[in-house]
Amino acid sequence: MDTTIDVKSFAPNGKQNGYNGKAKMINRKIKYESELSSDFKETIAELAHGEKLYGCIQCGTCSATCPVSHYMDYTPRKIIQMVREGFRDDVLKSSTVWLCASCYSCTVECPKGIKITDVMYALKREAISAGYFPKRFPTPVLAENFFAQVLNNGRNSEGPLLMKMYMKTNPFNALKNTMLAFRLWKTGRLTLKTEHTKDRKSLKKLLGSIDKQKEALAK
Amino acid sequence: MRYLYYPGCSLKSTGKSYEESLLAVFKALKMDVVEINDWNCCGATAYMAVDETKAFAIAARNLALAEEQFNKEEEIHVIAPCSACYMVLLKTKMFLEQNLAEKGRIKNALKESGLNYEGKVKIRHPLDVLVNDIGVKEIAKAVTHPLKGVKVASYYGCQTVRPYSTFDDQREPHTMDDITAAIGAESVDWPLKTRCCGASLTGTIDRVGLPLSFMILKEASKRRADVVSTSCPLCQFNLECYQDNMNKQFRNDIHIGVVYFSQLMGLALGIDPKTLGMNRLFVPPENVYKIMKGGEKVYV
Repeated sequence: MDTTIDVKSFAPNGKQNGYNGKAKMINRKIKYESELSSDFKETIAELAHGEKLYGCIQCGTCSATCPVSHYMDYTPRKIIQMVREGFRDDVLKSSTVWLCASCYSCTVECPKGIKITDVMYALKREAISAGYFPKRFPTPVLAENFFAQVLNNGRNSEGPLLMKMYMKTNPFNALKNTMLAFRLWKTGRLTLKTEHTKDRKSLKKLLGSIDKQKEALAK
Repeated sequence: MRYLYYPGCSLKSTGKSYEESLLAVFKALKMDVVEINDWNCCGATAYMAVDETKAFAIAARNLALAEEQFNKEEEIHVIAPCSACYMVLLKTKMFLEQNLAEKGRIKNALKESGLNYEGKVKIRHPLDVLVNDIGVKEIAKAVTHPLKGVKVASYYGCQTVRPYSTFDDQREPHTMDDITAAIGAESVDWPLKTRCCGASLTGTIDRVGLPLSFMILKEASKRRADVVSTSCPLCQFNLECYQDNMNKQFRNDIHIGVVYFSQLMGLALGIDPKTLGMNRLFVPPENVYKIMKGGEKVYV
C-alpha cells in the first residue's frame, strides 16, 4: 500500500502558504492495523520455542549490552516490540537479524529470561524462507554455503567456504584478503582442500530422514 | 578417567595450533584422551540460521558417535575446545532434554543412519576439565618453566561461558586466570574478558567487526599485557590475523601476541614451542620469549 502523499495536491497553484513549488513527499509515520501481520508473534514464538517474548518489559537491557546494536536498523528491544505488534516485513527486512553475532549477552542479561539470541535465529530462518535478505549481504550467503558444505561433506572447509562467500558477495574483498590467505597458507592454517567425513552416507541418511519426517508432519 | 575429544572443523585448519598445544598439554598431564571416530561438523552458528531440526540432528550425531565409541562407560565426557562447538553441543543436549517431540524425530533419524542416542554424554570445556578434574595444584606441580613476570590478559570470549555453561561465572569468569596463576604468570585485571570479538562479522562485515576486535586489543595493551590468552579459535584468529588491518584502519600500532591458553601452559610445562604450534602464529609473543630467556621486556 502506498503510504506517501504528494504535497502538491494540497497546494493547487503551487504557491500557497509559503509552499515553494517543489514536490515534497510526506510519509505516514504509523502503520494501520490492517497492514500488520497479526499472527507474526505466534509464528516467531513457535519457532523460538516459547512465548517468553510476550513478557518483554521493554527495559532495553538487551540493546544496552549488545555489542553491535549501534549498527542495527532497529535495536533488539525495538525488534521484540515490533515482533509483538506484527511488523513482519520491517523486521524480516532489517539488518538487525543479520548483524547479531550470537554472543548471547542479551540472553544472559535479560531480566525476563527471554532467549533473545534464539529469537534472532528464528527471525533469520523466517527471513531466509521468506526470501527476505539482501542479496549481497555476506551473513546469509555464508550461512547457506556453510549449510550446503556440511550437507555434502559432513565437515566445513574454511578455505573453500570463504572463497565462495567472497565470490558471491564482494570479489574485491577477496583480493583485499589475498595476503592474509597467503600467510595462513604459509603457516599451515589454511588449505583449499575439502574436508569430509569418511562415512558420508550415514549423514545423508540422517538428514534425509529428517526431511521425510517433516514432510509426513506437514501432511 | 578417559575422555573423548571432539576437535571440530576449526581445530583442523585455522586453529591447528590449539589442537597441537592442547593435546601436548593433555599428554604432559598424563590424561587419557581419544578423538571421536569420524565426527562431523557441529553446525556452528550458521547452520542454526538455516534449519533448526537439521542443525540439532547433525550435532546429535556426534553425541551418538561418542556413546557408540565409549559404550561401556556410565558417563561419557566429551571435551570440546572450540567455543562454538562447545556451546552448540551443550545446546543440543539441553534441547533434546526439553523438546521431546523433536527428540523423537532426531532419534528416529539417528536410528535410520545406524546410531543411537541415550543422553549419557557430558560436554566439557578443556578449561573446565583442567581446573575442576585435574586441578590447579596438579598443574602447578607439573610446571617446569614458570612464566614469572609475564602479564597475561585472559580473554574468554562469548560462547565459552555463555549462555549454557555452568563451570564458570558468566560475567566474571576466572578459570583461565586460575591456570595463569598456576603456571606462574600474572593475570591482568580487565573488563573485556567476555566482550564479543565480532565473531564472523570481522571477516564478513569488517566495518562492524573490526572495531570490536580492536577495542579488546587496545584495552589489553593499555593495561600492559604481554600476551592475550584465548580459548576460542575464532577469537584467536580475529584478534591476531587482522592486526595489520586494524592498525591500518584505526591508524594505530598495536602488536600484541594472541595465543591459546594451552600454548602458554605448554611453555610452562617445558614443551618445545614448535610442538605447541607457536610457529604458526602471525604475531609471536616476543615479550613472553624474552622473559623466559631471562631478558628484559620491550613495550612497543
